[in-house]
Parts: sequence; structure tokens; C-alpha cells
Amino acid sequence: MKKVIMGNHALSYGAMLGRTQVIAAYPITPQTQVVELLSEMCADKTLDAKFIKVESEHSAMAACLGASLAGARTFTATSSQGLALMHELLHWASGGRMPVVMGNINRAMAPGWNIWADQNDSLSQRDTGWMQFYCSNNQEVLDTVIQAFKISEKLLIPSMVILDAFSLSHTYEIVDIPEQEKVDEYLPPFNPQLKITPDEPHAFGGLTGPEHYFELRYKLQKEMEKAPALIEETGKEYEKMFGRYLGLVDEYRCDDADIILITSGTVGSTARVAVEELRQEGIRVGNLRIKVFRPFPFEIVRNIVKGAEKIAVVDRNISYGHHGIFYEEVKSALYGHNNSVPIFGFIAGLGGRDITPSTFKEITNLALKKKRPEEEIIWIGVKR
Amino acid sequence: MKKEKKMAFSLPEEELMNSGHLACQGCGAALAMRYVLKALGQKVVLCIPACCWSIIDGQFPYSSLDVPIFHCAFETAAVSASGVKAGLEMVGDTETTVVAWAGDGGTFDIGLQALSAVAERNDNILYVCYDNEAYMNTGIQRSSATPYGAWTTTTPVKHFKERPKKDIDAIMAAHRIPYIATASIGYPEDLFRKAKKAKEIEGTRFLHIYAPCPTGWKSRPEDTIKLARMVVQNATFPIYEIEWGEKYTLNIKLKEKKSISDYLKIQGRFRHLTKKEIASMQEEVDRKWERLLSLVNSSREKDQIPS
Repeated sequence: MKKVIMGNHALSYGAMLGRTQVIAAYPITPQTQVVELLSEMCADKTLDAKFIKVESEHSAMAACLGASLAGARTFTATSSQGLALMHELLHWASGGRMPVVMGNINRAMAPGWNIWADQNDSLSQRDTGWMQFYCSNNQEVLDTVIQAFKISEKLLIPSMVILDAFSLSHTYEIVDIPEQEKVDEYLPPFNPQLKITPDEPHAFGGLTGPEHYFELRYKLQKEMEKAPALIEETGKEYEKMFGRYLGLVDEYRCDDADIILITSGTVGSTARVAVEELRQEGIRVGNLRIKVFRPFPFEIVRNIVKGAEKIAVVDRNISYGHHGIFYEEVKSALYGHNNSVPIFGFIAGLGGRDITPSTFKEITNLALKKKRPEEEIIWIGVKR
Repeated sequence: MKKEKKMAFSLPEEELMNSGHLACQGCGAALAMRYVLKALGQKVVLCIPACCWSIIDGQFPYSSLDVPIFHCAFETAAVSASGVKAGLEMVGDTETTVVAWAGDGGTFDIGLQALSAVAERNDNILYVCYDNEAYMNTGIQRSSATPYGAWTTTTPVKHFKERPKKDIDAIMAAHRIPYIATASIGYPEDLFRKAKKAKEIEGTRFLHIYAPCPTGWKSRPEDTIKLARMVVQNATFPIYEIEWGEKYTLNIKLKEKKSISDYLKIQGRFRHLTKKEIASMQEEVDRKWERLLSLVNSSREKDQIPS
């Protein structure tokens, strides 16, 4: 069934179709519609789930962890400050191998108060052991939630499904909402090997000395390393059943591109408008949208940019004292493989400043003009 | 042959807590767990945040308890239990008693926000606070459960704690939850009865157990039980129940209320106090006791309380 829905509701429908069993959430702009719709679904029994209306995001994640450990499928959603408040428990989720799926709306961190799109909230959680999926349209949001449950529960690693504030969260698009039976066929019920039950009195997460802790973390990384192949496999399976492939990256006209614009999130579709217009001017440009940030899809990124003469990475985020974060990641992916290609790092759109097709044209022209980047950060549109 | 007379045990002999745990000698918290589990039985899940009990249970892969444990984050005991309860119900287990088991730091301080929210929602969990009146696991730092006058490593003798212990039971009563009880490991039968009673009640139940800590109180391990009885007899830690936030019942009545001086004397943490300071502590104990008696006497009957 096709429906015109907002990005936030795409998260809700994903959680509903995934037959989430326990939801715990706390409101924050611009996430609220996600949990409002889920509350309604729980109230009218469209969704058979328990909704714990907690007093903070920290408690939201804590409740999800408890429920997940009991063997229930869990979902929550948050944004920005709320995600930062959860930080401690993000480590708990991955370290405890509890496959919670969470929607995060990319919003700038305060101060000053800013509710608009910016990726520093989720990217600050880079090293918490969560998989991160950056979506570019509402359909992808819904599909990815369903896929995320499948991958997370297989690997026992939690997932964050991420969408930009307003440009996706509050934007209405046509979304094909899959049939429940088909989703059930794709996504079997969560049934972990170990769960907390009086029938098997295990202690989960107790005192773990240097003789054991190291191995637990090694195992987490080893499972995380299985994720890229699993994402592709489950993405193909999804395509077979629902007609839409869900992969690690999404490339657009990169095959013959001299210059590749690397983006993440909603601005990918903006970049493509620029790609079309620039192509008409005879500039061979392509767009590579990195969808999965953790685990980072090193190999596929290397392969796609292989033939390019220049790469321009556009970051709506910054690691202070370093560079744009995707820029760092792309450089590290290419180190030792393709050291000669110049990589330009652009920072644009912090705190919801507009990124338009002309932003991408400016970026492309700047990268074309210079042989190599003269500075590590090229600021776009900043008033100095 | 003369028939041997056997003494009857007042608590079940079955143990769910085993030897091999890591508690200090004379630990009140260890006894609290032992008695409460005797009352609750095996159909239990424990959620234990950072506290002495996150160590006492034993090091991975060992556990001294025959019930499962979710070792959860410091400030999340109550809501972790709510999550486990919701999860268990969704996978078809509606019977298991889910217990948040936290120390005073995890209850009075860092866990208070989550606990308050759980109580306000009346989530169906049993919250047990074993109160040893400071952060003992980290090395005896003051908490808001530390009483007036006490030495801790962050309230040194020259700057001992000058504020009274936070009245957590009054805070919980203000949430109008179905059941609150205080208990002391010095009165195991009373503690056992309350844990059993709490198990049968639906909604948020709060059990506040006084649990002496020889290490942190600078008392002798063999005085643990003595202290846990004296504190009740001198009305510093009265033993009572509160139903639906309004009905107060005094469970251990005092024929003769003892003075606090003997109780203070056998604890190194109070050794520095002057007679004047002890007198003002005594006044505070008396005032609180009178206030409790008036709450007990003016309590409404349970059936008159809208729940």
C-alpha cells in the first residue's frame, strides 16, 4: 500500500511492521512524531507492544536493554541531546550484545539551541559499537528499520537508523508500505540463544577482569566485521521480496566520473540534481552516498572511487581539531590503496544551513580548479 | 533413648545464595540478599546496578546466586527492571518477580530520577535498596543516605556530614505506590515477611533495608547484627510500612526507646562527635520518631485510600 508519510512516520511504520514488542522513548524535537504514532498504534492494538513512557532518554535506552535481554524486540527513537544523554547506555547495548534498533534524527548539538540538521550528534557516537545507517528518503528509512532488526538480531549488535532533521523527518513522500505477512516472512521473530530467565540463572555483564574482557571486545569486532556482507545479503533478499535493494552505499553515475562527490544522508539527492546539471555542462561528475557508516564499507568505497581523478567529501559535521568526519574515513579507506587521488574535504550546512544544488556546483568547481587541496577543511558558505 | 528436640527454623532452609561470594566479613548487604531470596524464591530476575552487590555476586564467569542477574548501569536499576518486566511479559512470562536491587547511592542519589519515574508509572517491579549509608564499594564516600555526623572519606572528621540523611521513604510515599516497607537485617523474620508480602503485590513496591557495613562504619564484623537491632531499638531506623502513600503501620513497637549513644559508640565513623553534637542527633531522632508516630496514628484505613 502506498501512503504519503513523513520521515518520522516511516520510522514508526518500520517499527510496527517489524513487530516491535517493547518501546521506550522520551520526546525531543524533531523526533516526536515517531513515538506519537507508535503510542497510537499501541493504544489501538495495531501494534502488540508495551510502550514504557520514560522520564529521559537515558531511561529509554535502559528499558530497551532490559527488555532486549528478556528476549523482546525493542525500538526507540531520539535525536541530538537525547542521543548524547544515552551515550553510556549505547556502550552497554553493544557490549552486552543487545540488538536494539533506534531511530535517530540528525540534529545539531547545543549550545546554542538548534533543532536543525547536523550530523555531529550521531557521529559523536561513532565508537560505541552501534551500526549506523544514514538514509536519504522516507522509503529507505522504513525499509532500513526492517532490515536493521534482521541484521542486528543475527549479529547481536544494535543499529541506529538515521535521518536528517526536517529535510527528511518532517518531509512527506510517497512510501510503499509492505504487507505484514511479507515482512514476517523476511524477518523471523527475535529468539536469542541467551536471555534472562529464572529457568537459566546466568549473570549478564558482571565483573569481568582483564583475563576475559579483551576477548569479549574482540568478539564484538569480529561480529561487526561480518556486517558488510550480511547487509548486502539481507539487502538483496529484501530486493527479491520488495523490489528495493538496501546496500552499504548508493552510487550515482560514478562509473565514468572524473570527480566523485561523496555525501551521506538527505543531501545525497541534492547532490544528484547538481550531478545532472553539471553533466549537461560537460563535467563528468558522480555521487557516492555512503549509507552505512559503521561498519565502514572500506572495500566498496575503494572500488567505486578507483577511476576518479578527484574526490570531494562533503561533511555536515566536524571533528574539532581534526576535519570533517566522513573525509577522515574516506582518506583512511584509501590509504595504502590509492594514495595519489586528491581528496578535498568540504564542510557545509552545519546547524541546518541550507545545502542546495548550487552548493554542490560550487564544491565541484572548487575541486576542479585546484590540482590538490590547499587546506584540510574547505568551508562552504561560512561568514567570516 | 530420649527424643532429640529440634529447634524450628523461622525461615526456609533452602538457600538461593551460595558460598563463594565476595562480601566483606560481617556484611549486612549479603544477609539482606540471602533473606530476601528466601522469601521470593527462584522465579526472580535481579537488576543490579553499580554497588557492592555488583562485586559480591562474584567475578565472571561465576555467580553466587541461583537467580539470573542483569548487571545494569548505575542510575538505571529501577527502569532496567521495568524493561525486563515488559520484555518478559511480551515473551510470555508474566509470573517472574523482577527486582531492582541497589545500594543507597544508586537509590537516594544517581538512581532517584529513574526510580521516581518507575514509581510514578507504578511499574510492576520490586525495588530493594540495601542501605549501608555511603558509597562503600568505591571506598566509603558520603551519599545522601549518610547520616548527620558520620565520617566518610569525603566527609573527613574536620568536615563531617552536617546535613541529615535524605528521607527516601517519604519521597517514595509521595508517589503513592502500593507498598513501601523499611526493614533491618537484624530482624530477619520481619524482613522475610515483608519481602513475601511485597512479592504478592502488583505495582511498584519499595523495600528499604538497613544493612550495616563494618568496613565503612569502622565497626566490628561481629557487631553487624547488634547494630542492625540497636538502630531499630533507638528509633534511628524505625521499622514500618506505608500503603498507597497514606497508611502507616509501625511493625516494631518500642517498649523502651533506647538512647543513641551506645549505638554510636561502637562505630568508628561517629567517634569524633562531641556530647553536644550527639545531643542534637538525639533530638533529631526523637523529633522524627514523634512525627512517624503521629503519621501512624492519623493514618487512614487502607480501604479509605483511593488507589
